[in-house]
Amino acid sequence: MTTGTYTPKPGAAPLPRMIAAQAALETRMLLRNGEQLLLTVVIPTLLLTLFSSVDIVDTGKGEAVDFLAPGVLALAVMSTAFTGQAIATGFERRYGVLKRLASSPLPRWGLMTAKTASVLVTEVLQVVLLTVIAFALGWSPHGNPAAVVLLLVVGTAAFSGLGLLMAGTLKAEATLAAANLVFLLLLVGGGVIVPLEKFGSAGERILGLLPISALSDGLRDVLQHGAGMPWGDLGILAAWAVVGLAAAGRFFRWE
Amino acid sequence: MRSKPARPSPDHHPSGRRFASHPLIEVAALVKRYGTKTAVDGLDLVAGPGVTAVLGPNGAGKTTTVETCEGYRRPDSGTVRVLGLDPVRQAAELRPRIGVMLQSGGVYSGARAEEMLRHVAKLHAHPLDVDALVERLGLGSCGRTSYRRLSGGQQQRLALAMAVVGRPELVFLDEPTAGLDPQARRATWDLVRDLRADGVSVILTTHHMDEAEQLADDVAIIDGGRVIAQGSPEELCKGGAENTLRFTGRPGLDIASLLKALPADCAAAELTPGGYRVTGKVDPQLLATVTSWCAQHGVMPDRISVERHTLEDVFLELTGKELRS
Repeated sequence: MTTGTYTPKPGAAPLPRMIAAQAALETRMLLRNGEQLLLTVVIPTLLLTLFSSVDIVDTGKGEAVDFLAPGVLALAVMSTAFTGQAIATGFERRYGVLKRLASSPLPRWGLMTAKTASVLVTEVLQVVLLTVIAFALGWSPHGNPAAVVLLLVVGTAAFSGLGLLMAGTLKAEATLAAANLVFLLLLVGGGVIVPLEKFGSAGERILGLLPISALSDGLRDVLQHGAGMPWGDLGILAAWAVVGLAAAGRFFRWE
Repeated sequence: MRSKPARPSPDHHPSGRRFASHPLIEVAALVKRYGTKTAVDGLDLVAGPGVTAVLGPNGAGKTTTVETCEGYRRPDSGTVRVLGLDPVRQAAELRPRIGVMLQSGGVYSGARAEEMLRHVAKLHAHPLDVDALVERLGLGSCGRTSYRRLSGGQQQRLALAMAVVGRPELVFLDEPTAGLDPQARRATWDLVRDLRADGVSVILTTHHMDEAEQLADDVAIIDGGRVIAQGSPEELCKGGAENTLRFTGRPGLDIASLLKALPADCAAAELTPGGYRVTGKVDPQLLATVTSWCAQHGVMPDRISVERHTLEDVFLELTGKELRS
C-alpha cells in the first residue's frame, strides 16, 4: 500500500446509517442462527399447525385455530423479544461484542435502538408467516388491527426489558438455561395453547398477571371476540415494560 | 536492531492537525481499585506521537490503565486525558478518533470475518478500503468463514483490522501478536510501522520485548500499578548493567596484559579455555583496543561478538526474575 493509506481521517458515520447497519447485522445474526430459528419460527409454526389440526387440548367452543392463533402470535413475540434476545445478548456480552461496540462510534442507545429494530423486523416476519399459516388453517380474525399492533408493541417492550435484564446480569450459560426454561413454563402456563381456566380460578388470577398471559389474552379478546382496546391487559404489559426496562437500565452490565 | 525513521514531530502531525497543546495521552495520579485490590496505584504516564509500548508483568496494571484510557473504566481518582478528552465524559467525541483491538473476542460468533470488518467500517465516516485491508492482512481466504471457525491467528488479525479500519488517530493494541506464527507476526509489525509512518499513534501492550524494541519509540514499564521506567528502548538499554564483548582465542592468554591495555573500568576473564569475556562500556574504541591487543600478541580472535544489553535484561532487572502469581 502506498504511504498515506492510513493517514488519520476519523469520524463517525451519520447516526441513522450506524443504527441501520447495526440493525441489519443483528437481524442477519438472528436469522442465521439455527437454535434461534427453532425458537422463533419452528416451534410457533408447529404448535399452531399441530394443535389446530389435532384435538389434543380443549380450547373451548369455536374453531381451535381461532383460539390458538392469538396465543401463538403472543408466543412468537416472547420467543424473539425475550428468549432470543436474552440468549443472543448474553453471549454477545460474554464474547466481548458489547465491549468492542462500546468503543466504536455507535452510542449505547444506538445499539439498543438497533436491537429493538432487529426484534421488530423479526416479529414482522413471524407475524406474516404465522398469519398465512393460520388463514390456511381456516382462521377468521376480528377486531381492530390498531389494538393488535399496540398490544404487540407494548408486549415487545415488556419482554425486551425482561430479556435484557437477564442477559445483562446473569452469566451467558445461565441466561441460556433460564431463558429456555422460562419460555417452556410460560408456553404451558401463559394461556398460549392451554386456556387459563384449566388452572382453577386462583391459578387463572395469578397466571393472568404474567406478560405472556396478558398478551395472549389481550390478542384473543380482540382477534377472537372482536373486543375493543383491552385496557386491562395493556396495563399489565405496560407495567412489566416499565419495571423490566427500568431494571435492565439500572442493572445491565456491559462486560 | 533495525533503525526507525525519524519520529513524527509532536508539533506537526501528518494530518495537519496541531497536537502541541496536549500530549496524546496524559494520565496523572491514576488510582483504580477492584474491591480491596489496588490494580493501579497513583500511575503517571504521558505518551506522545509514535508508538508507545506498555510493558509489565501479568497483574501489573497494564490492561486496567489502557482500558481506562479507552473509556471502559472510571478512575477511582486521578485524571486521564486522551487526545485532550475525558474518555468517560467525552466518550462520544473520543470514540470515532480511536481504534481498539481487544485481547480476544469482540465479534459475533456467527459473523463472517469480512462481514464484521465491513460492519465496523460502516460505523465510520471515512473508512479504509476494506478489500485492500483484507488482502493486506491475509484475511481473504477466510473472509466468508464465521468467527468461531477462524484460527486464533486469523481472529487476532481480524481484531487488528477492526481497530484500524475507521482511520483513527490513535490505536490501542492489546497484545496484538500473542499466539501468532512468525509470518503473521511480521505482517502485524509491518502494519504497525506503516501506521506510524502515516502518522497514526499506537499504544501497544505486549509481553514480547523484541516487539517493543522493534516497534516502539517510547517504552513504559509498569509494575505494581505504577510506571517504574520510561524512555526510548535505546535509553532504557543504555542505563544499568554493562555490556559484554566475547571472543575466542588460544587458551591461556595473559589477562593481566589485556587488562592493562583496556580502560580502567573494564573487566576481563577467561571463562572457558580459550573463551574470553570483556565487560565494560563496549564502544568502537574498546573493540579496536581489544583487536589491536590481539594483533600485538599474535592472537586470532575467532568468533568475536558484542552483546548488547537488551530490553529484556532491563525489564527483568526492574521487575525481578521471580514468577508472579
